Amino acid sequence: MVEKTDSLSFITCNNRRIPRVPTELVFADRLGGWKARWGINRMKYLVEPGLYAVGNPDADSVVLVSANYKLSFDALRKQLSGLDAWLMVLDTKGVNVWCAAGKGTFGTDEIVRRIELVKLEKIVNHRRIIVPQLAAPGVAAHEVKKRCGFSVVYGPVRAADIIAFIEAGMKATEAMRRVRFSLHDRLVLTPMEFVMGAKYLVFSVALLFILAGLSAAGYSSDLAVKNGVRSAVNLLAAYLGGTVVGPVLLPWLPGRSFSFKGCFVGVVVGVVLMLLKLTGGRLETIAWVLLVAAVASFATMNFTGASTYTSLSGVKKEVRVALPLQVIAAVLGAGMWVASRFADGTIRI
Amino acid sequence: MKGQEYLKNAVTLELDADKCTGCGMCATVCPHRVFEIEGKRAVIVDRDACMECGACGRNCPVEAITVRSGVGCAVAVLTRLLRGSEITCDCCGGPHNGTF
Repeated sequence: MVEKTDSLSFITCNNRRIPRVPTELVFADRLGGWKARWGINRMKYLVEPGLYAVGNPDADSVVLVSANYKLSFDALRKQLSGLDAWLMVLDTKGVNVWCAAGKGTFGTDEIVRRIELVKLEKIVNHRRIIVPQLAAPGVAAHEVKKRCGFSVVYGPVRAADIIAFIEAGMKATEAMRRVRFSLHDRLVLTPMEFVMGAKYLVFSVALLFILAGLSAAGYSSDLAVKNGVRSAVNLLAAYLGGTVVGPVLLPWLPGRSFSFKGCFVGVVVGVVLMLLKLTGGRLETIAWVLLVAAVASFATMNFTGASTYTSLSGVKKEVRVALPLQVIAAVLGAGMWVASRFADGTIRI
Repeated sequence: MKGQEYLKNAVTLELDADKCTGCGMCATVCPHRVFEIEGKRAVIVDRDACMECGACGRNCPVEAITVRSGVGCAVAVLTRLLRGSEITCDCCGGPHNGTF
């Protein structure tokens, strides 16, 4: 399924009809973007690769290169109001610029191929393309030049800086070249973090409800409901702590590793749950602190992939240390929780 | 960036100063400003800020930079570890907020 951009008009260049993209987003774009953020049809949110016009470009206009993930495409075009440019969209299989560059789909080969396919040399007089700086992991500028004669100029990291970059004579300031990870950046990623493991959450909650009915006096459906609801709240709090609170508070949490930051959130959440008297008796309380810390630590560790500054070597190092500890805490916690069904509250002589 | 420093001494980034011609491409493409050009040579000024994206190595015309590049993603690391397969990257939201 290829998303149609509303009210497409065309411009004619060398007897070719080239679609012109609007620089304003309409409701359908915003709705589509919101759905993608929640993981709905996200991998099918594509734009047709090829050449597009922005404004009224001519043979001297700049050429911008981008990915065919519609969320990236929209983020780019809404920043181009007032600019006359060519926009060459690569086939990155609907993946954003940076991730596609990491996988190599936004790469030297695809740029060279696409320049040939759209016959760029017949569209513009110059031999220069502006490629996003974040595409550099996949693109070798010197190889593009050697293979097709076009010079790669690396543009800024953010779409909002493109016009300033062009007006400054294709020069980026230090700030334009630096990637950030602002509160807003982190916040918009949290729905996806939450959705990612939601099926495991639902499964675990169901299991908790079933097991919550166990007691020394046999199985009780009253207990299952009473303790099940309480347990579900605790688990949900742990999951929200790891997928939302951890990512949002990331720079302010202690430690450098994400698993430690998540563990810290988990312990705090555990203490809050205890103060709210949601953790049951003594044994169950210890079980919950262990479980909540393990779940939050694991979930925040998984946010490394969405962050903008973690290295593969660092993540491997972190996983090697944190994963065994998370597993031990989770197994111990789960064991103690089951044991507490038979001990806490119903203690008899 | 404050509060956004990852693990110390973890990355595989190496620069061979003898090969470097000082073209400055590494300093241009690095999203964490790890390199600076001093005189006619690139120098690593903030090694721990490196995220091993591989942009510098890919764009170094004289192959003076080596880095084992990859995506710093725990889900990918765990998937390789447990299932021996690559993730499809339809899992996270991806860091593309308003990036060009």
